[in-house]
Amino acid sequence: MTALDRKLWRDLWHLRGPIIAITLVIASGVSCFVMFMSTLDSLLLSRELYYRDHQFAEVYAPLKRAPESVRQRIDRIQGVDKVDTRVVAPLRIDIEGFDEPVNGLITSIPDSDQPLLNQLYLRRGRLIEPGRNDEVIIAEPFAEAHRLGPGDSLHVIIKGKRKKLRIVGIGGSPEHIHQLRPGGMFPDFERWGVLWMGRTALAHAYDMENAFNHVVATLLRDADEQNVIDQLDDMLKRYGGAGAFTREDQVSHRFLAQELAQLENLSGVFPIIFLGVAAFLLNVVVTRLVGAQREQIATLKAFGYTNWSVAWHYLQMIMLIVVAGAFIGVVAGAWLGNVLSGIYVNLFRLPFLHFELDPMRIVQSTLITTVAGMLGTLAAVHAALRLKPAEAMRPEVPAIYRRTLLEEMGLKRLLSVPSRMILRNISHKPVKSLMSILGIALACAILMTGRFQEDTISFMMDVHYALSQRDDIGVTFNEATSRTALAELRSIQGVEYGEASRAVLARLHHEHRSHRVHLQGFEQNAVIKRLVNADLRPVSLPSDGIVLNEYLATKILGVQVGNLLTVEVLEGSQRVREVPVVALIRQDLGVGAYMDLRALNRLMQEGDVISGAYLYVDDRYAKEVYEQLIDRPQVAATAIRIQEIRNFHRTMDETLLFWTSVATLFAVVIAVGVVYNSARITLAERSRELASMRVLGYTRGEISYILLGELALLTLVAVPLGLWFGRGLCAYIAQTLENELYRVPLVLEPDTYAFSALIILLAAAVSGLWVRRQLDRLDLIEVLKTKE
Amino acid sequence: MVFHTRGISKTYRMGEVEVHALRGVDLDLFEGEFVVLLGPSGSGKSTLLNILGGLDVPTTGAVRYKDQNLSAADEALLTRYRREHVGFVFQFYNLIPSLTAQENVALVTEISSKPLPPEDALKLVDLGDRLDHFPAQLSGGEQQRVAIARAIAKRPDVLLCDEPTGALDLKTGVIVLEALARVNRELGTTTVVITHNVDIARMADRVIHLSDGQITAIEVNNDKKSAAELAW
Repeated sequence: MTALDRKLWRDLWHLRGPIIAITLVIASGVSCFVMFMSTLDSLLLSRELYYRDHQFAEVYAPLKRAPESVRQRIDRIQGVDKVDTRVVAPLRIDIEGFDEPVNGLITSIPDSDQPLLNQLYLRRGRLIEPGRNDEVIIAEPFAEAHRLGPGDSLHVIIKGKRKKLRIVGIGGSPEHIHQLRPGGMFPDFERWGVLWMGRTALAHAYDMENAFNHVVATLLRDADEQNVIDQLDDMLKRYGGAGAFTREDQVSHRFLAQELAQLENLSGVFPIIFLGVAAFLLNVVVTRLVGAQREQIATLKAFGYTNWSVAWHYLQMIMLIVVAGAFIGVVAGAWLGNVLSGIYVNLFRLPFLHFELDPMRIVQSTLITTVAGMLGTLAAVHAALRLKPAEAMRPEVPAIYRRTLLEEMGLKRLLSVPSRMILRNISHKPVKSLMSILGIALACAILMTGRFQEDTISFMMDVHYALSQRDDIGVTFNEATSRTALAELRSIQGVEYGEASRAVLARLHHEHRSHRVHLQGFEQNAVIKRLVNADLRPVSLPSDGIVLNEYLATKILGVQVGNLLTVEVLEGSQRVREVPVVALIRQDLGVGAYMDLRALNRLMQEGDVISGAYLYVDDRYAKEVYEQLIDRPQVAATAIRIQEIRNFHRTMDETLLFWTSVATLFAVVIAVGVVYNSARITLAERSRELASMRVLGYTRGEISYILLGELALLTLVAVPLGLWFGRGLCAYIAQTLENELYRVPLVLEPDTYAFSALIILLAAAVSGLWVRRQLDRLDLIEVLKTKE
Repeated sequence: MVFHTRGISKTYRMGEVEVHALRGVDLDLFEGEFVVLLGPSGSGKSTLLNILGGLDVPTTGAVRYKDQNLSAADEALLTRYRREHVGFVFQFYNLIPSLTAQENVALVTEISSKPLPPEDALKLVDLGDRLDHFPAQLSGGEQQRVAIARAIAKRPDVLLCDEPTGALDLKTGVIVLEALARVNRELGTTTVVITHNVDIARMADRVIHLSDGQITAIEVNNDKKSAAELAW
């Protein structure tokens, strides 16, 4: 080991405080990058493997009923690869000891085998045995929610007929990763079940013998997708086809794709911010660290060390820090990525996780920090080398200080000499001061992002459920029915009030764009279901025309108020009509299209019918109301609002808590890293000055004031700036998160500002005290003896 | 002849002030000489020494070291010149605080072609028993002797010392000067010592008086004293 190498190791050890701080900042940046990227990569890969290994279908065509012979004709459509027909039926489920209504969807599988497409993933148990008509496989989340396993049994009601089924398997399918009841906002595994049964048994129960009501298919590589859809629609029209669609419109895939796209966007934003901040800090700190060794650099040069060997000496130091930081970051990031992937796999209900840490991600993150560190080091070393050794060794030329603006303004008298020193020190090196302020402000901004998501989600839920979707229970009937059904519901003891609703599956077209949606009709004078405008004020429903939420209108369909929209009804009459867009409303959750109930019925040419109801229910009778609803055969699904909200919170809380903790931890590391390093380096730079003041009779407390006062002032300037940055950052995230599932409004509670500011002030105070302790231990008199 | 300068001047800026540190200096220095540059502070001694040592170049004028033209040399050439020929001793020692005495010397011997072992260099300044001490564990005089050991360990052709005793008391100053004289005597190194202390001039072969950036007098000392005989 050369003497210079020894110096390297000793310097590292001597500067361990600041170096640990920088290393941790780098580690935070790298681990955030690795965490997000590995999570994203792993989820995409896991989904891909699941889709591939379980033959996820590409085309879906629901219909009323077609004879099995039609299948051969579908097979012959050009571009179609594999075709599978099946029976899909809505059902109600009775679970002993659970008195709320449970609904679900049951899909047929071959009597003794896996289906050709959308094959089941079996977690436990087995497939159906041939000849058994009472066996069922149930979806894993539903099984978990009710603690059901192979061997248990449950009662189902299919087409009004009650049947006892024995569970033989627990599993899932690529078409039901994201399980949503029709019209539901969030998964509810307690009240919505997905089941599979043998084809013969289900066809028998659902009156579909030798027939099917659902087609799935895959396409050949060069198939014309639209052509296949059109041909299927043509072919299935006479069998009550409800419009074929591709994977992109398949509910589970669509939601999962949106969630993953959102995660991808976040993965773009946060790691770049963290890594950027880390790189930036590294740069600042290295610049000052090298600057402080100006004389040593000059001495080395005087002995004939070349510029390159001096630069290399410092680059080695930085590379060691970067490599240590990157190593810790990669290890921590992989661990956090595993945790986060686990949370998401659970949230998205992927059956397995294939955790993947692409070595490229490690290389990328290390490279970004290394380059940042190198640039900072080279710039600083270059500045030191540019000086002639003779000059560098000479005591630094007394810097040109000036009176600050505040003093010029006549405040001089009000400021003590130490206070003036603080102001002049800050204004003397404005860039350096600005960098410290920026670093602290960025930490503050990052803190806000963690809390922001909580704020905004609460707000969205409030707006949606308190202002718009205000029912206690939403009921969906099996099919369109007369208004007497509503009267019957209203007569149930405990139901205080009820309103009719109608939902029609339709495809909305405008120019080349289209979207499948449940067109919802409700009464003009409705009080339970309401629409709100951008200012959150209720809007009355126009008696004619269609009302869209902003996102659906502008982002998906590209229409404005006044445009004509082509409505292609996908059930019943299957009519196609032009309807004007009459208003746009605000709806942060989901996308929606609304019409006056009467206008919708006119469009359908079906008279005064309804397909659902919104109810106000007296809490005290909730249980009785549920029982009544369970017993009514025409009720297909029941949405209990409070449960929807709980479900949502349950799924979000885990993700949010994780994210908030990680963001807070990283932000604190960054804040402490900036403040502590600024303080440490300022101390090194000022020790002579401070020592002189001690000799003149200033106390330790008084000189601490100069050092810590400067930091306090920088922090106080940084906090408001950071809150402002934070707001901008949150706005950017909100924009990034916007998708079909929800639009995130920029809502920041005073608490969030207060929390972020407080954490930064605390981090600054702790760092300040830490340095103050070092200041107390420094033998400042000794500093004076050796020089000048 | 080791050094040969003609009409060298140096101007530089200290903040907002322009300083004329040297105004036309002509000087010749010879092999094995012990020369003292004497003058009050601000007389240009350090500037002259820095130029001789290749730490700086004159604004105008010519400097030659043997057959090398230093005034026209670029950074790389100056670096090589320092590395191969010059040993420095600074007023404030400029030891690397994170390295021990022995390592501070090694810092220089590692980049030299025919150095003394660091231990021998330290023995030469009577610090053979302080090899593993860090600068902070050494007295001022000891630190300066480490600096001298560091400067001579590469067997330089010239040894340039800027106020080597400036920060020391009489007793330690004498020890340091004895070390310098011994190196000059035993290794034959041309030695230039800057001082504003007239007494030290009594151990020189020649004394060059500087004032206000110019040489005012050069005296040859025929009655060379040893360091121990000096008193100030």
